[in-house]
Amino acid sequence: MADVTVGIVVFPGSNCDHDTEFAVASFPGVRPVMLWHNDHDLQGSDVIILPGGFSYGDYLRCGSIARFSPIMREVIEFARKGRPVLGICNGFQVLVESGLLEGALIRNTGKKFICRQSTIKVVNNGTIFTDGYRADEVLRIPVAHGEGNYIASPETIESLEEHGQIVFRYTDAEGRETVEANFNGSLGNIAGIVNREGNVLGLMPHPERASEKLLGSEDGRRLFESLFRHVTGA
Amino acid sequence: MVYKAKIRVTLRPSILDVQGKAAQHALANLGYSSVESVRIGKYMEVTIDGNSADEAGRICTEICQKLLSNPVMEDFTFELEPVN
Repeated sequence: MADVTVGIVVFPGSNCDHDTEFAVASFPGVRPVMLWHNDHDLQGSDVIILPGGFSYGDYLRCGSIARFSPIMREVIEFARKGRPVLGICNGFQVLVESGLLEGALIRNTGKKFICRQSTIKVVNNGTIFTDGYRADEVLRIPVAHGEGNYIASPETIESLEEHGQIVFRYTDAEGRETVEANFNGSLGNIAGIVNREGNVLGLMPHPERASEKLLGSEDGRRLFESLFRHVTGA
Repeated sequence: MVYKAKIRVTLRPSILDVQGKAAQHALANLGYSSVESVRIGKYMEVTIDGNSADEAGRICTEICQKLLSNPVMEDFTFELEPVN
C-alpha cells in the first residue's frame, strides 16, 4: 500500500483522537497527523477523521461549536472537493451540524448515556468505507454516546433511502432491525449515513475501538482498510 | 444603542423531548396529575450593539439561524428591548 496521510482533528474535548491515531497507525504505510482545531493546515492529508469525544464540552448542542472551529473551513472545502471525511460519534455530530450530512442527533430516547457493544448491519457495502464488508454483514462495534438518536424529516429519510445513503443500521446479532437493538431511538435504526456523493461518512459506533483482537472485536478494521485502499487506488 | 435580546429555543413540536417527559413523570409522582405535558427549552440573553432595533433584530435572527439553534430540530423566538 502506498503512503496515506490521515489527518485527525483535535478539538478541545476530543477524547478518541489518540485511539483513532493508534488504530490507523497499525496499517502499513499509513501515517496519522494530529490537526489542531485552531490551525488552517491539513498537512497534506489524504483522509480527514473527526474523532469522538465532547468537543467544547458539548456546550449549546453537540458539535455545534466545533463546527465553527478554524480548521473546519478547510475540512468542509476538502469534503466539497470529494475527498474522504469520516466522522465518528462526536465527529458525526460535527458533520450534521456543519451541514455536510443531513439530519440531526438528539438525546437518546432512554435519556441515558449508553456505553456498550452494539451490533450494526452493513446496509450499503458499495461505499468507499464499506466495500470490504459483505452485504448485510452484522458487525460488533461499541458505542458510547448520550446524543445518538438520529432524526430527520420524512422527506430527508426518504431521500436517504432512495440514494442508498443509509450505510449502517442497529440490529440484533441476527441482523434483524428490532426495537430492542435500536437502543438510542434512532429513526429507522440508523447508525451511520453518507452524503449523496459518498465521500463523507458519519457513524455513532466507534470502529477504532473494534480494531484489534484484544479489544474484543476487529470488525471496525475493514472500514479503515476499505478507505485506505480507495485512497491509494490499490 | 444597545439592545437586549431574550431568545427562546425550543425543540420542534414533532420531536420527543425526553427531558420534558422525565420532568412530567416526576411531577405526576408528586401528585400533579393535572400537568399534561412538559417541554424543556433554552433561554438565552444576548446584548447587541446596533444602530436600530431593526438592525439588532436582523443580527439576532442571523445568529439564531447560524449557531444558537439548529433548524432541523429546534425553533426560536426572541424579544428585543433597549438597554438603558
